[in-house]
Amino acid sequence: MTETLEKTDPKAQPDDRGDEPFLVVEELTVQFPTYDGLVQAVTDLSYSVKLGQTLGIVGESGSGKSVSSMAVLGLHDVKRSRLTGSIRVGGTEVIGAGDQVMRKIRGNDVAMIFQDPLTSLHPFYTIGSQIVEAYRLHNDVTKKAAKARAVEMLERVGIPQPDRRVDDYPHHFSGGMRQRAMIAMSLVNNPKLLIADEPTTALDVTVQAQILDLIQDLQREYGSAVVMITHDLGVIAEISDEVLVMYAGRCVERGATKQILTHPEMPYTWGLLGSIADTTGDPDKPLVPIPGTPPSLLNPPTGCAFHPRCTHRDKVEGNRCVTDLPELRKGRYDGHLMRCHLKDPDVIFEEEVKQEVLG
Amino acid sequence: MTAEPTTSPSTPPLLEVKDLVKHFPIKSAGLVRRTIGQVQAVDGISFSVSQGRSLGLVGESGCGKTTTGRLVTRLYEPTAGSMKFEGHEIAGLNSRQMMPYRREIQLIFQDPYSSLNPRHTVGTIVGAPMVVHKTVPKDRVKGRVQELLEIVGLNPEHYNRYPNEFSGGQRQRIGIARSLALNPKLIVADEPVSALDVSIQAQVINLLRDLQKEFAIAFLFIAHDLAVVRHFCPEIAVMYLGKIVEVGDRAQIYETPHHPYTQALLSAAPDVKQAAIGGRRERIRLEGDVPSPINPPSGCRFRTRCWKAQDVCAKEEPPLMQIGGRQVACHFAEPLQVVTIESNGTAKAESPSTASPL
Repeated sequence: MTETLEKTDPKAQPDDRGDEPFLVVEELTVQFPTYDGLVQAVTDLSYSVKLGQTLGIVGESGSGKSVSSMAVLGLHDVKRSRLTGSIRVGGTEVIGAGDQVMRKIRGNDVAMIFQDPLTSLHPFYTIGSQIVEAYRLHNDVTKKAAKARAVEMLERVGIPQPDRRVDDYPHHFSGGMRQRAMIAMSLVNNPKLLIADEPTTALDVTVQAQILDLIQDLQREYGSAVVMITHDLGVIAEISDEVLVMYAGRCVERGATKQILTHPEMPYTWGLLGSIADTTGDPDKPLVPIPGTPPSLLNPPTGCAFHPRCTHRDKVEGNRCVTDLPELRKGRYDGHLMRCHLKDPDVIFEEEVKQEVLG
Repeated sequence: MTAEPTTSPSTPPLLEVKDLVKHFPIKSAGLVRRTIGQVQAVDGISFSVSQGRSLGLVGESGCGKTTTGRLVTRLYEPTAGSMKFEGHEIAGLNSRQMMPYRREIQLIFQDPYSSLNPRHTVGTIVGAPMVVHKTVPKDRVKGRVQELLEIVGLNPEHYNRYPNEFSGGQRQRIGIARSLALNPKLIVADEPVSALDVSIQAQVINLLRDLQKEFAIAFLFIAHDLAVVRHFCPEIAVMYLGKIVEVGDRAQIYETPHHPYTQALLSAAPDVKQAAIGGRRERIRLEGDVPSPINPPSGCRFRTRCWKAQDVCAKEEPPLMQIGGRQVACHFAEPLQVVTIESNGTAKAESPSTASPL
């Protein structure tokens, strides 16, 4: 089954751009002018993902994680949004690119899995015909061959009796099967980059585990890059190599997953870890929530956007958290970046926070 | 963590549910709408909630946990079975007879957006139960509402605001204030935090814990998130497809689950802190989805996804059996440590050869 999957890759772009990662986002800023004012959804965001790697983007609702990844696919209406910075997908600049260029990239080099599989599948068309459409858009094949390909993809993602189910409509499928069908559709053109936007949030835990396993298997098989967007640090811990924590439209911490989970150096990440209920540890110990609520992006706080909720800001001299935006600077470990004025966050974490947060 | 007794023999449980059944009829199309089938949403479950304690009801979507909550609050009429509140039978009471019990049993809903009337002010919403039940004289309602808002951590001056002026976490607090308005003895909390952001979830869980301590309210806490339930409930019942498959106290359920479904559920729940300190869990991956409750599998309902299933599972339905303080409904119940963390911080996971791969 897999050999046909591998050979049908007509685009086969040579990877001769040296060592540049497949997806490079540099200083991306996305703003939406509204009647109430300018919504600063994403500000100055930079990251990159290599082929075969998984980047997890984590943050609460309204932190800009979905907006930034939709920009990669050019899904923002140019008339209603302001995009600056640079996004390169396999060397092609996406920001400011025309529809022709984007159509070639979408669903071909880059595919996306959305949170809610019911609203992202068309209810009037069969699952098969939707996969066929995605395949024939980028490949010059007969309808019959495309349908055979659709059946093959459904089988690959673990839909039972794929030759029969290919003619079913989305409402015939359960939530987990719909998400599998979405994954089959997004992978039909062997994308080099898969953006998964909360792919398991609407699913039950046992099904979530199946889908995460499937995404990992497929990634190993095709060596694609994956961007996993989620609010759930548990999913990140299972699947990503690197984590990027977003707060109020900015990257506040970035680094290897293990490092971020064991030695976070940004008070917001501490708060996130402390808020999570766990299945081990002392259940009678109250959780440590972050006080307050996430800020409005219409009017984000001055200085560090997290300062109104931060319990450590009195450790910084001279009220700098309120007045100056902290730079994204190097943490203690290699490749670890964080945005905080605290002088020695690693020491504070070890001495004061670790016991409370990790139990 | 010590295993606390399920119920002390001296005090009768606040709520005792026995063999509760709820079947929703499926009607045929056309003039003569004959019943052509039954959705067996809840099919003979028994549990009890003691005064001031909380019972967690866990399961995946479609397992009947929400239906159970709605039966207990009498928003649905049970098909069969008995529900005793402080010793009084409440199944089958008409709405007038039910009135005094409605005061004692309140509900917190999952979605803080759709459960508050957008045209009413916070004052009207939180005050409504007191007006309906006439528990507080009209001129004192406002004062009591402001008191309640303060208890749940909202500004009492926001009395005249509308729900759309609040964030999701604050709206859930309004819903909680409303459920406290009549000083209930039992609150059914149906997924009270699953619609909230992680940092806000912890705030609301801590609030509910404080309220429980302060007012000694019993909770029936319905959730799909095992970790959240663990932080709130000393006792937990696991549901699958309309049946309770395992009941026990926290330590029993999380440390040595006996039912294969509980084991699978526990192994599928991602746990960050455990990953952070280097713990590993066994992977038990279930195949497929929950079967339809219209036509559930014969015998044990979990057998179609179970790696231990044998012929007897299809023939005989396993009853809830008492195994060392817990109750398990499985022919092949045996303990399995899903998560092992040794004292030195390193974790060990023994992988079962029987676990089904994806």
